[in-house]
Amino acid sequence: MSNAHPIPFRAILRHVLLIAGAAIMLAPFIWMISTASKPQTEIFSSELHLIPHQFALAENLREAFAKANLLRFLLNGVIVTVSIFLLQVMVALPAAYALAKLRFLGRETMFALVLFGILIPPQATAVPVFLLLHKAGLLDSYAALVLPFTISVFGIFLMRQFFKTVPDDLVDAARMDGISEFGIVWRVMLPAAIPAVTAFGIFSVVAHWNDYFWPLIVLNSEHLRTPPLAVAHFRNNEAGTSYGPLMAAAMVIIAPLVIAFLFAQRRFIEGITLTGIK
Amino acid sequence: MAQIELSAIRKSFDGTDVLKGIDFRIEDGEFISLVGPSGCGKSTLLRVIAGLEPQNSGEVRIDGRPVDGIRPSARNLAMVFQSYALYPHLNTFDNIAVPLRMRRLSAIERLPLLGAVLPGRRAKERHIRNDVEAIAEQLDIAPLLRRKPGQLSGGQRQRVAVGRAMVREPRAFLFDEPLSNLDAKLRVHMRAELAELHRRLKATFVYVTHDQAEAMTMSSRIAVMMDGELIQAGTPAEIYNDPEDIRVAEFIGSPKINILPGRIRKDGGVDVLGTALKLSCRAAAGDCRVGVRPERIDLGAGPFSGTVVHLENLGAEAFVHLAIEGSGLRLIARLADVRHLPGMASSVTFGFAPDAVRIFDPAGKRIELKVEQPERVREPAHV
Ligand SMILES: Nc1ncnc2c1ncn2[C@@H]1O[C@H](COP(=O)(O)OP(=O)(O)OP(=O)(O)O)[C@@H](O)[C@H]1O
Ligand SMILES: [Mg+2]
Repeated sequence: MSNAHPIPFRAILRHVLLIAGAAIMLAPFIWMISTASKPQTEIFSSELHLIPHQFALAENLREAFAKANLLRFLLNGVIVTVSIFLLQVMVALPAAYALAKLRFLGRETMFALVLFGILIPPQATAVPVFLLLHKAGLLDSYAALVLPFTISVFGIFLMRQFFKTVPDDLVDAARMDGISEFGIVWRVMLPAAIPAVTAFGIFSVVAHWNDYFWPLIVLNSEHLRTPPLAVAHFRNNEAGTSYGPLMAAAMVIIAPLVIAFLFAQRRFIEGITLTGIK
Repeated sequence: MAQIELSAIRKSFDGTDVLKGIDFRIEDGEFISLVGPSGCGKSTLLRVIAGLEPQNSGEVRIDGRPVDGIRPSARNLAMVFQSYALYPHLNTFDNIAVPLRMRRLSAIERLPLLGAVLPGRRAKERHIRNDVEAIAEQLDIAPLLRRKPGQLSGGQRQRVAVGRAMVREPRAFLFDEPLSNLDAKLRVHMRAELAELHRRLKATFVYVTHDQAEAMTMSSRIAVMMDGELIQAGTPAEIYNDPEDIRVAEFIGSPKINILPGRIRKDGGVDVLGTALKLSCRAAAGDCRVGVRPERIDLGAGPFSGTVVHLENLGAEAFVHLAIEGSGLRLIARLADVRHLPGMASSVTFGFAPDAVRIFDPAGKRIELKVEQPERVREPAHV
């Protein structure tokens, strides 16, 4: 018992590397919190310190909320991400069910197209979609923020893979019990696929909450802005960027995601393991 | 209660024929077992009857009415699956209530929140509750109504699945190997329960299994399927004693029937292992195969002899494996009296009564036999 396990060199190296990685990832966040807590004079002082001499978080927050309608932007974020997610589910589940459980001509081709669709980056289709929205007169509206994302090929793919694991007998039993095909999607497949739907929901919400590119293109009106645009607003509008309130606003807009993550940490990790995506 | 008629049912998957023209008639109130080796198309046939799989040609009639193109639920049949297929997110009560809710509640009444406040919903739910509880009482699952399928044992899940089938009072029950996921002891128990259920409900049962003990003990008739064809249907005794095809003879019975090479002589007599049997038949001379069930082999006397190569003593009975002298053939004899077992590697003589013999032509079809001896005795008396 006297000689304890020698700590292997490899384990130490591994942890050092991981800590270094974590530090690099966390640095901007720490810097953000630090800056948000400093008064303007300390932010621009040449000495480098993380802990402010004088805490100014409250003032910065107050200024951030005063300068921009942050609550409105947060609400916009919620409206847009929730609408996108619900519509994505409404499209993806029936599509995935058909691809996984129904037999029809061209099913494999359809699925190949779905896989192909995953490979296309959204930026590639941005211009045509923009023109389409322009022609439809939908630019600068919630619809412009939501509609282009309602069909998620990734969602269809993910749900289809999950539905493949649901036994056929369950679907047949539902048919014998008199549940219609759409009924099967919502009453049998959806409850069975809650983990997959949750995982997909996390990816979808995170991606669209943080999306900067698309809202920037289609929006003009201030009252429709989503949280990332709201932060940008601090930088662009002011004569000389006021970094304190900007960082405070950034803190506010990432807070919902961080809180949601803390609550759903287990699910989030399950979801990542489920999809095998990092 | 229903009579089910199948005529010329054909089904193929991706070009391979799985059902090759099935004609069959299931009478009202019958307990019919569909048996056959794995992959012979039993489940497919059951799914065609249920309407889950459309046949390529042929017709299914229930109570004389064609049901092709009618949705599974509208055929009013119930099916119990091998995997039970219970809804994992619903508790036992809700699982059993699903078919009733689907039938008795309108689409609006089934909506999650709105439905609950509609006026008629309350009374209907009360009826459903009564019906489900009555079924649960009958099946002894009343204490389990609040549990999810994940919290039930295999036997309990099985019962819930049967309850879900019973609750809608279907015209017929279709079972697809419902007991194969249970352990041996529970299987025997559930066998008795299902047979009892059939007697009580007097409904038509179509029961797929590849366990011949289940088929033999529970059913009023057995239908044997091989390679997508239904080769014989009859009572368990008929199937066992009068197989019309060598595949039926070999499939039913455990241990398997002994098959020996034989020859039909020009005069209609039958030789096996060089010894003439006291039998005759009308078939053309040539090779044939001679089948004798293990329990019909009499050890200790007879024209043949063999060496004991293996003994299986099960306590109540024993199986003696013999290597027949002068040929590489093996056969199995069942001994009812285990107190007088022959020793290993000892040589024993054996024979069998002429009426124990079933012979089959090279294509496997049964050849009718005449047992000679009684005929000869009787002949002079008639003259
Ligand atoms: N959906 C399907 N697609 C393609 N082939 C199928 C399908 N369903 C069944 N088959 C094929 O049809 C044949 C018969 O299958 P079936 O399930 O009816 O056999 P079974 O007699 O029930 O066998 P088991 O005793 O193993 O359940 C098998 O060769 C199977 O591979
Ligand atoms: Mg089967």
